[in-house]
Amino acid sequence: MPSYVINEKCDGCKGGDKTACEYICPNDLMTLDEDLMKAYNAEPDMCWECYNCVKICPSQAIEVRGYADFTPLGANVVPLRGSNDIMWTVSFRGGTIKRFKFPIRTVAEGNVVPDGGFGEGSGTLDDQLLFTEPASLKADELWTL
Amino acid sequence: MQNFETIEVSTDLLIIGPGMAGSGACIEAAHWARQNNLKVTVVDKAAMERSGAVGMGLSAINQYQGENTPVDYLSYVRQDLMGLCRDDLVMDISRHVNGSVHLFEKFGLPIWKDKEGNYVHEGRWQLMINGESYKAIVAEAAKTAIGLDNIYERVFIIKLLLDKNDRQRVCGAIGFSVREQKIYVFRCNACIVSAGGAVHVFKPRSTGEGLGRAWYPPWNSGSSSYLTTAAGAEMSSQEVVFIPARYKDGYGPVGAWFLLFKATATSATGFDYMGEGLAEGGELHNWPPYGEVKPIPTCLRNHLMMKEMYEKGDGPILIHTDKAIAKIAEAAPDKKTYKKEMKKLEAEAWEDFLDMTISQAVLWASKDVFPEKSSSEIMPSEPYFIGSHSGASGAWTSGPEDIQTADSKDDYFFGYNRMTTIKGLFAAGDGVANSSHKFSSGSFTEGRIAAKAAIKFCVENQNTPEPDADVIEKLKAQIEAPLKFYEEHAGYTTLGAAKKRYDLPVEEVNPYFITPKMALFRLNKIMDEYVGGCGSQYNCSATTLNIALKELEMLKQDLSKLAARNLHELMRCWENIQRVQLAEAHTRHKLFREETRWPGYFYRTDFPKLDQENWGDVFVNSVYDEEKDEFNVFKRTKHSLVQIDKVIGM
Repeated sequence: MPSYVINEKCDGCKGGDKTACEYICPNDLMTLDEDLMKAYNAEPDMCWECYNCVKICPSQAIEVRGYADFTPLGANVVPLRGSNDIMWTVSFRGGTIKRFKFPIRTVAEGNVVPDGGFGEGSGTLDDQLLFTEPASLKADELWTL
Repeated sequence: MQNFETIEVSTDLLIIGPGMAGSGACIEAAHWARQNNLKVTVVDKAAMERSGAVGMGLSAINQYQGENTPVDYLSYVRQDLMGLCRDDLVMDISRHVNGSVHLFEKFGLPIWKDKEGNYVHEGRWQLMINGESYKAIVAEAAKTAIGLDNIYERVFIIKLLLDKNDRQRVCGAIGFSVREQKIYVFRCNACIVSAGGAVHVFKPRSTGEGLGRAWYPPWNSGSSSYLTTAAGAEMSSQEVVFIPARYKDGYGPVGAWFLLFKATATSATGFDYMGEGLAEGGELHNWPPYGEVKPIPTCLRNHLMMKEMYEKGDGPILIHTDKAIAKIAEAAPDKKTYKKEMKKLEAEAWEDFLDMTISQAVLWASKDVFPEKSSSEIMPSEPYFIGSHSGASGAWTSGPEDIQTADSKDDYFFGYNRMTTIKGLFAAGDGVANSSHKFSSGSFTEGRIAAKAAIKFCVENQNTPEPDADVIEKLKAQIEAPLKFYEEHAGYTTLGAAKKRYDLPVEEVNPYFITPKMALFRLNKIMDEYVGGCGSQYNCSATTLNIALKELEMLKQDLSKLAARNLHELMRCWENIQRVQLAEAHTRHKLFREETRWPGYFYRTDFPKLDQENWGDVFVNSVYDEEKDEFNVFKRTKHSLVQIDKVIGM
């Protein structure tokens, strides 16, 4: 079922201000059953397996089972996304386990500045220079024909 | 049914779709708007943090110029698209794109660096990144720039509004919340459409649970094309689809394997179809001049593959990951270096998947695939509409004033940069035609370009356009129609009358209506079988295209009988209305261009050759008249702004 929610682990994010998976799903699939306070993937065959619900779930209640029409059962790919990096555990059908850790960002969440520290730039509405240029280009001037 | 509440929002600039292009637009617009005391508003069908095509992440930035010139980049793009691109738009993005990439780095995107501190290139134009959070990082910058109060998430725009006194002037947009019973009416002076390309117009190769495993995201339903087309903007190259050849089923990226690890591909029996195709007397020489020059255009690489699979029956096509890794290992001076090198390589190869196509990692793990031990199958996918990649479909826009020749000015420069033929209506990213190969960084750049121009437009055009109140009322009724239609007819069948635990995804059979999923399947089948989908091996002819147009006509009529059980399905209904319009535009453009210009993307079997004399210097453009429901398709002259003596490769 592409992404699925483990019943035992899901509490519908009852302690939070929103249900995380429902908030993030780019395709509007993750849905909260308000009676049960459990989330579910309401349209599995439109799931891109983007893993955004898996990564954001505070209870680690969501996993992905590969598309059944071409993926044999038995493997699992599980991320653990921290503030600076992500750790992946890839469990193969045959039992092999591989772990990978990759950085995800170099500026802490909440600290991104729109001009990137390059400043506003020297352009006006009447020229071709964009915001932060030419400093952000790391060139003296903008190319033209 | 609960009544919809109407929310009205007034703004100066409205940005529809903050993916990469729209996020670039937010950052740029916020700056110029602040200087000029203007308001910028952005509306997203999803949550900005992970919306759009980069929502999963990416493992590379595919456009960075470095020290290369915009003319160098143009030489590559023009070659790849078989001669057809807008030189002004391509070079315009190229001259700004380094700045965008430098901004990403400062936003906190980890870009690979070598020991000297230089970016690690995957190819001449491509940089390797740790891109799991690429969109989240860029969206954070965009959200900070524009301010949280000006962001409307989970609102799906279904139509642009035009000035009641001037139908060639945009003045707003209407849509609905996919989470609450609310209709949103935005009024604006200018508008940027950056709402992505289109997936699921054609039938995908996987149609069970794997329906969603498209190479491009399934939430891209052709909004950019639909909104601009329906507003009456001139559209271009709607016949140019993109077909990526990727790892079979998972559609995992092959770029790093080909470019970074130097893997090769052959037919099943080991035929070097690329090498032989290029050699004297090889297949590529049937497609001059583009087939005879390296890099081989993307469509021609597909074409060579398809010949092996479909003509010779020597499929599947194999990518020799095992040999590539062995070769790298051979180059290592000793065992210790080898082991270290292999470990690094393995992590890089897996990250390539885990950053951007996790399904491929799931699939390899599920099948116990180890790339160092065996080759893997690659497969051309179903067709997609993605003007930002090696496709070209989208709106015809004005280019920059300073990148024109005396010749090009009449056709290419008619207003503000990236403005469509509708006043105040701008486009960016997948929404712009013929500015191909911009990918994530170039789309972001194009959003910036469009946003600056749109603010300039607002400053110079301060007369406030007025929407037509009657039109808004009609559109409100149209938005709600599928929900009402369901309510009216559901009780006719037992399944509709039964109380269901979940109202999704059970399909209901009812003679009075069509569900959004079945409308999608019908569209997919028509396109696959008559318009050159993978099921017909990408073949079509005037005969099949005309059959498709008849089928599409009936489908369009049936779309008035779409039924939705909830807001999520209402979104699906409107997505399919958008897809069907793009499908028709695509079919008409294909019918109009009587040649085969992009073999490997599609074949006109009745005109199987490249026809430089009649079609080499023209774009196919169209304008849609919504009142008459008619497309006017015509030729537009292509201009060469610079002489290209040598194609600069990848």
